[in-house]
This record gives sequence, structure tokens and C-alpha cells, in this order.
Amino acid sequence: MTTVASVSEETDSSPYALSHLDALESEAVHIFREVAGEFERPVILFSGGKDSIVMLHLALKAFAPAAIPFTLLHVDTGHNFPEVLEYRDRTVEKHGLRLHIASVQDYIDRGVLRERPDGTRNPLQTVPLTEKIQSERFDAVFGGGRRDEEKARAKERVFSLRDEFSQWDPRRQRPELWQLYNGRHAPGEHVRVFPLSNWTELDVWQYIAREGIELPDIYFAHEREVFQRSNMWLTAGEWGGPKDGETVEKRLVRYRTVGDMSCTGAVDSDATTLDAVIAEIAASRLTERGATRADDKMSEAAMEDRKREGYF
Amino acid sequence: MTSTTEPTEPLSVEQLSATTLLRFATAGSVDDGKSTLVGRLLHDSKSVLTDQLEAVERVSASRGQDAPDLALLTDGLRAEREQGITIDVAYRYFATARRRFILADTPGHVQYTRNMVTGASTADLAVVLVDARNGVIEQTRRHAAVAALLRVPHVVLAVNKMDLVEYKESVFAAIAEEFTAYASELGVPEITAIPISALAGDNVVDASANMDWYGGPTVLEHLETVPVSHDLGHCHARLPVQYVIRPQTAEHPDYRGYAGQIAAGSFRVGESVTVLPSGRTTKVAGIDLLGKQVDVAWTPQSVTLLLEDDIDVSRGDLIVPSKDAPPTTQDVEATVCHVADQPLTVGHRVLLKHGTRTVKAIVKDIPSRLTLDDLSLHPHPGQLVANDIGRVKIRAAEPLPLDSYADSRRTGAFILIDPADGTTLTAGMVGESFAAPQPVKDEGDDDGWDF
Repeated sequence: MTTVASVSEETDSSPYALSHLDALESEAVHIFREVAGEFERPVILFSGGKDSIVMLHLALKAFAPAAIPFTLLHVDTGHNFPEVLEYRDRTVEKHGLRLHIASVQDYIDRGVLRERPDGTRNPLQTVPLTEKIQSERFDAVFGGGRRDEEKARAKERVFSLRDEFSQWDPRRQRPELWQLYNGRHAPGEHVRVFPLSNWTELDVWQYIAREGIELPDIYFAHEREVFQRSNMWLTAGEWGGPKDGETVEKRLVRYRTVGDMSCTGAVDSDATTLDAVIAEIAASRLTERGATRADDKMSEAAMEDRKREGYF
Repeated sequence: MTSTTEPTEPLSVEQLSATTLLRFATAGSVDDGKSTLVGRLLHDSKSVLTDQLEAVERVSASRGQDAPDLALLTDGLRAEREQGITIDVAYRYFATARRRFILADTPGHVQYTRNMVTGASTADLAVVLVDARNGVIEQTRRHAAVAALLRVPHVVLAVNKMDLVEYKESVFAAIAEEFTAYASELGVPEITAIPISALAGDNVVDASANMDWYGGPTVLEHLETVPVSHDLGHCHARLPVQYVIRPQTAEHPDYRGYAGQIAAGSFRVGESVTVLPSGRTTKVAGIDLLGKQVDVAWTPQSVTLLLEDDIDVSRGDLIVPSKDAPPTTQDVEATVCHVADQPLTVGHRVLLKHGTRTVKAIVKDIPSRLTLDDLSLHPHPGQLVANDIGRVKIRAAEPLPLDSYADSRRTGAFILIDPADGTTLTAGMVGESFAAPQPVKDEGDDDGWDF
């Protein structure tokens, strides 16, 4: 080992060292405040899932004791978990926020979108989302996406410019230097902003535990009627399952992600507390998406292709 | 079935929460095994999970490869997989019991300079890879120069492919000595050389049985233990104001807070501060640390400062200690790296973003362009094209409180933006650098080159 010149005497035991959660929190708050300072009409994508719940918590902290200067937007697939919708509405009410809803069901009822043969509605969210962004003239759209989720996301910038069709072009990304985020955009374009870019699934859970953030119950182990499809436990329901040959059984499960019921699977778990969930995630040999999302398994580039079209 | 199985030495919740964060960047040329090193770090630190590995195995097998190609873990885009190239920087995450890591994985292709500048701008440490068979080559010197230019505090020289030179100590020692001499002269403050084989796994995560002559840490051990500097003693305190928080509610009728992330140093309640560029002075009446009132706060905490006097402060202003205010100037001299495809020319009208302030500016002069290969200077090149590093003189429309990049990586840095289409054009570092026409080397000063 060759070491030259001065080495700082300071170490991680320095009183000035931030824990990784404090560092990530500070960075996310900085991102929220940059957007508040530079954009006219920002909106937070809020689904009632853990990432968007953490985003909202960070936004509330960033502007306290004032209210957050953003509205919320939920793309409702029509196949959401009732517990999550209840949580969503309760949270909006509690903080006195305004919620916009873009409804996939509306688009299907109007004949603009057609139900897919597999019943999965996740890919159908893109059109209602992008049209809502256009009609409300949102210029910054916060998403809870994390780079650790998927390898196309690993390439995503914190500030991600989208064209007038909401498309992502990985070749046209701006380099992000220091903490100098560039939010310039032409009329009709907007910027997707990912304050949790540098967080991992485990960070999100540790932060939830540290901050005592309330979550929808389905994140904790509970008995549920599920059936098996594509190697996942799906919740039985009006959305289209089970079909012939699929049998419903009662199992002790919880969810690692929350999305459309048709493609979000539950995992076997007896973790009923935050500590138990964290221990379970830390020991898990499967990624969150690999364990519970059918839509990402459709092809090698499923996420990239959807993001190019305007998906979050 | 999707269940959580076989815990591999699970960490306790306390252990998981006590870790710190290290940001590092990798640099290497095309065939020196960088993807393999990154893949090995992720794989051997058990950061690659079963479903990810299965996907890699599936694709590798479908291509007729015998072993899983670890580079597939990091090539995330369709075009990258199809063409076998890497586009742009990707960020990757892994953790051990001691630290959380954010890795800026910078590709070694033609666009190397801007990519490495991007990755290095936020890095505490850079890993420069060389092939033990080739030793220090031009590309290696370029990587060392960029690490020095961006003032990355720690550099690791990873001498790779030691298995192909029979694990000879003499080969390693010669490369380490040559690189250390070169990088120290450039002003790289700390250099650690480690002999590795990324392919065989020697000294990446596990210590090598093939090189018992080496007594130093493995790459991962070094990443886990390298001190991240928290030495704030001689730092100039700086708070770029991002946003003014004014609730105007019954509960908080008079609250007026200046929100921002402390860019350098620390602030204390009671301290005299000056607001730039106006120059008005007041005292810190209180500090809100995300809902908690504190007496002192430091970089990189996001805080809200409350001031004693009701003076005019808005986004773009910089709050500094009154005893330690930087000069404000409209004339910016800097070393820049041009990162856009369209060139930067003399007379170019641009936007300059420094901290939270964006002002109009004009490129007055480009005195020189630097050739990183041999550090030679080309006077008055007329323009800078993508990946060029050069000296630039800029006139800003408003006075800016600029620190030297040597003093503060955060408040000494800026970007230039094309006002027409919003493109990020250029990364700038304020002050002198080795690209100055006549760099002065002070033999008695271990800072070496003066940036």
C-alpha cells in the first residue's frame, strides 16, 4: 500500500459525520427545495405506496412549518388495493393537500384505452399520466423511483427532462455535476424529479422506522386470500383473478411494493413489525421488483421501454 | 415461490443504521476490466440478488457464454446490451456492515472526460484501473489529471490482471511508483495502490492467497475504512438560499426562514452573518434542522436559518459568516470541462448557475486548452468542444460570491447552460489550476499544483 501526502485525521467517529440516512434525507430535501424555487407548477406522484409516502414525508419536512407548495397526483389504475386508497385519502385530508386523479378506468370506459388480455393495467397508466401532466401544465413531476430498483433506472438522472410527449431519451440526458441541478425546459416539456434516486429499498424501510411513518397495513404480514400466477401470490378480486385452474388459498403474506393488483405479488412473511420487515429485507436474496412485479419480467427492457414512453 | 430465504449473516437494525455513506467513482479504459471489477464488488459483497443473477445467467446462456457475464449487471440500456457499449454514467448501490456506497460507474469510452468529470464531481474517492501488463498509459494519466482537477480527496490505483503477470510484486511496485509520482505532482492528496485480479477475485473483496507479499487492504476494506473528511475547522461556512419559508398562518404569523443545504463549514446561533451579494449583516437567531431546533449545523445538512433582522433575502443569495465573506465579482476565471456536443466559443451568451443563483453571462475569452495526455497547453483555441478542458474568462451580468474551487468544491463550482435549449454546456471550477498558462510549483508546499 502506497500512501502519500496528508491524510485527514478525521474519521467516521467525527462529530460532524452524518449517518447515511441523514445524508440521504438532506440530499432529498435539497432537491425538493430546488424544485420549489425554480418551477411554477410542480406535482408529487402519490400512490399510497411506501416510496411516495416517504417522498411526501420529506416534502413536509422540507417546508415546515409552512405547507408544501405542491399538489399531489395519483394515477388510479382502477385495480388498486382498497386499503391503499383509504390510506391515500386519509393522508391527503390530514395534511390539507389537493389531490389530482388520473383514472385508467375512465380511459377504458371512454374507449380510449383497451384492457389488455392479461388484465395488467400498469402499462396503461402512461397515457392518463402524460395527458394529466399536459392538461394541468405541470412542469415538474416528483416520482419515488429509485436507481436501485432496476438497471434502466440506474441510468436515470435526478432531474430527468421529458419532451412534450413525456418521453425519456437516455442518450439526451444532461450530465449532473455537483449538486447543480439544471431544470431548464421549453414550454410543453417537463422535468421528472427523483428525490429518492440514491435510496435503496432498505434505506426507505430504515427511514420509515426512524421517523415513525405510518404505512398501509398491507406492508405487514397478514392473512389474505391469494392465488398463484406466474410464480407470484396475487390477491383475488374483481380485476380478473383467479381464473379457471387457479385456486385461492389463505396465506400469511405481506407486500414489498404496492401497485396495480393485477401485477403486484405478495411475499410469504410473518413480519408484523417494522424491525421484522427490516430484518427480512436485509436477509432477502430477491430484489423488490424481482419478488413482486410481473410487469418488469415481460422483457429485458420492459422498464426502459415504458420509461421511454413516459412512464415514471 | 417468492419468499425471503437463507439469511446470509443478517445485520442487526442497529448495525444497519449506524453506517456512513461513501460516494466513489470508477475510471478505466475499455479493456482494463472495469465492468468486471464493478461486477465483482457487487457480487462478492453479496449485493447481487438471486433474481438479478438469474437474469444475467439467462442472457449469458442465450448468447452461448459458459459463465455469467458480470458486465451485464451494469449495462442497463437496450442500446448498451445490443451494441456492447456503455452510455453515460450509471449509479449503483451496495452496502456492508460499515458503510453504504454510491458508485458512479463511468464508462471508459470516447466521452471519458465528461463522464469522469460528472462522476468525480460528487465523489470522495476515485478508483483508477490499470492493466498490469500495460502499466501507466496515457489514459491513466488522464484519469489522474481529472481526479486532481476535480479535487477528489482519495485516489485508489487498482493494478488489475495481476494473474496475467504471475502475481509479481516487482510489476506492481513499478506501476505503483510511477503512478504515485505522477499523481502526487498533480496534487492528488492521497493515493493507495492495490494489486488485484477482478476476474479471479484477488484483493477485491477477499484477500488474495496469490500475493502474500502484499500487506495492504483489499479494495473493499479500503472503501470501508477510508476517512471521509469531516474536518470543518478551516472551511468557509456557506449557505446558498434555496427558498424562503413563510407560512403566514395563525400559528406562525411572523415566521420567515431561509432554507438551504449548507454547502461548506458550519453555522451557529448568535453568529454574525452577511448576506451576499447585498452585503447586509445580521445575526443567526435560530437554526431549524428539519423540525428540530439546533445551536449548530454543518455541511451537508439541509437547514432553515432564522435571522435577527428583517432584511431582504431571497433565493440565489449566499449567507456567510461576516468575518469570512468571499469577494463578489462579475469576472469569473475558471478551469472548465466542456460536456456538451455543441462547442463553447468566445462571445457565447450563456446562463451561469452557481449555488442557487442563475445569471446571464458571456464567454469573454478562452485563453488556453489543456491536453490531458501530456498536460501541454494550446493558447487561444477559439472554442472548446466536447471533453475539452480549458481556461475560460466569463463576464457575469451580476456580481457573484465566488470561492476558489480549491477551497470549496461546492461553492467554487458552477455550470454553464445554453439559454436557448437548456443544455448543460460546461462544468466550471473557479480559480487557478494546472491549466493556467504558467503554473507555479512551490516545492515547499505539499499542495503541489495550485488549482
